[in-house]
Amino acid sequence: MSEIVVEAAGLTKRFGAFTAVDGIDFVVRPGEAFGFLGPNGAGKSSTMRMIGATSPVSQGHLRVLGRDPATDGAAIRSRLGVVPQENTLDAELSVYENLLIYGRYFDLPRRVINERVAELLDFVELTDRREDRVDPLSGGMKRRLTIARALVNQPDLLLLDEPTTGLDPQARHLVWDRLYRLKQRGVTLVVTTHYMDDAEQLCDRLVVMDQGRIAAEGSPRELIARYVTREVLELRFAAGLQDGVADSVHGLAKRVEDLPDRLLLYTDEADQVVAEIADRGLEPESVVVRRSTLEDVFLRLTGRSLVE
Amino acid sequence: MSAPVLRVLEAHARTYRRTWMGSVVTTFLNPILFLLAMGVGLGALVDRGVGGAALGGFGYLEFLAPGLLAATAMQTAAADSAFPVRARIKWVKTYHAALATPVSARDLVVGHLCWVALRLVLAASVFALVMTAFGATGPAGGALAVLPAVLTGMAFAPPITAIAAGGSSDYGLSSLFRFGIVPLFLFSGTFFPISQLPAPLQPVAVVTPLWHGVELARAAALGSAPAWPPLAHGAYLVAWLLVGAAVAVRVFDRKLVR
Ligand SMILES: Nc1ncnc2c1ncn2[C@@H]1O[C@H](COP(=O)(O)OP(=O)(O)OP(=O)(O)O)[C@@H](O)[C@H]1O
Ligand SMILES: [Mg+2]
Repeated sequence: MSEIVVEAAGLTKRFGAFTAVDGIDFVVRPGEAFGFLGPNGAGKSSTMRMIGATSPVSQGHLRVLGRDPATDGAAIRSRLGVVPQENTLDAELSVYENLLIYGRYFDLPRRVINERVAELLDFVELTDRREDRVDPLSGGMKRRLTIARALVNQPDLLLLDEPTTGLDPQARHLVWDRLYRLKQRGVTLVVTTHYMDDAEQLCDRLVVMDQGRIAAEGSPRELIARYVTREVLELRFAAGLQDGVADSVHGLAKRVEDLPDRLLLYTDEADQVVAEIADRGLEPESVVVRRSTLEDVFLRLTGRSLVE
Repeated sequence: MSAPVLRVLEAHARTYRRTWMGSVVTTFLNPILFLLAMGVGLGALVDRGVGGAALGGFGYLEFLAPGLLAATAMQTAAADSAFPVRARIKWVKTYHAALATPVSARDLVVGHLCWVALRLVLAASVFALVMTAFGATGPAGGALAVLPAVLTGMAFAPPITAIAAGGSSDYGLSSLFRFGIVPLFLFSGTFFPISQLPAPLQPVAVVTPLWHGVELARAAALGSAPAWPPLAHGAYLVAWLLVGAAVAVRVFDRKLVR
């Protein structure tokens, strides 16, 4: 296998006159978990569908598993696992039938599929739902089933488009755990998300995407170190009292973000700044010191929040 | 047939297992009800009136049954190709799922059309049996009429598949039945010869595939001479099938691979 799993240079996707992905460069290496972090409409799904060889590249260079999606689409897809943003399960059929039909699309013998179905249902904790129709399953179960479906061909590369969107915290943790185990088995993962904790939990390396472009690239830790301080001070004020405060705390922190509902002070000396604020006679309703996250990185890079 | 097409066909068969009851009942019941009401009931009146000569010397039941066979094939093909295809693209999105595997848009279209063909063979055979049981045709004529009926359905399936895939209005798709399939069913020579139509409408009937299918099925069942040479009728239907399939593949590609 070649050293690089996905290689993109100047990768562009246009829909008519609209440019959804605007000349992005990235590389995904074997065995890593690579993320696209970005808000709605950033172009994450468009990028994933090009990698998945279901959407033609408008311009630029793309190689997936060493092949060109324009000419070798079916060969690429035979080695991919795809978890699309929407589950695309057949709700009328049973859990087992969904996996069987999908496995047959890869031309796998029924015997092989049956063996794998048993393992996969065990892996995503759906063994007892094997014969049930898909329709009444919970959102988290459907998501896990979609992940199991994507694994039926034992893919070399797993593409996950927002694997945890719409799930409750418990369901998200289960998905994270399963993806982590896959990574440990050596499966290369490409994940999109607009949750910074997804990205921090799952990704070895990620790109921050906004309006079709890549704003930054690195490991979650590198990005935080590069773009923000280790800690953030969050100040909330009673209605109307935040006006003008940003100016009076100017100079206290390395950077100040004046958000509609709160003030963020980026500093490496949080305790000292808290004291200083009291000295200046400011009386916030609440003061919270927390570690910086990728959300702060995104705010710094784009001036906007990741999740509105 | 390529492996992915077979896999698509297999998926159809598996999905059908969930819904076969309803369609089997209609497959058996519809021809019986129609032949009873129109062929036997109404037919008795027609045969007592002008009947005979205008119907090429055949009784009304004999005249009607093969036409109804072809028209029912059209309806089956349309029903299988309109909302089910729309659903797989727009609602359940099982086509999107399939396209993430080695299956291509072309495989989906060809697999769907092969599935419709299988369903038509089944439905037309049942209809032919019922016809024969009613004495509307001999066993050989009934068997011979199956092929033209399947061909009629297969002339309609691809264009309707393309329309279901390409359009977005569900109202529009039901209008296709109201303003397309139903008038064709009534006025394409099924219930009366198109020479009874007002002169300006006769060429319209000739352009639509159903009239050709009815002519062929009737000729096969009754051993009468069709309006055109049989090969010409057949070639016309095959042309609809092939052109329609090519268009449907393009529409699928445009809609699903973008
Ligand atoms: N088939 C399409 N036709 C036209 N425009 C499209 C199409 N698909 C996506 N777009 C547009 O491209 C842009 C990027 O969409 P994309 O789905 O890639 O974003 P995303 O980052 O996945 O967003 P989300 O978080 O909402 O899923 C959006 O403005 C979207 O409206
Ligand atoms: Mg998306």
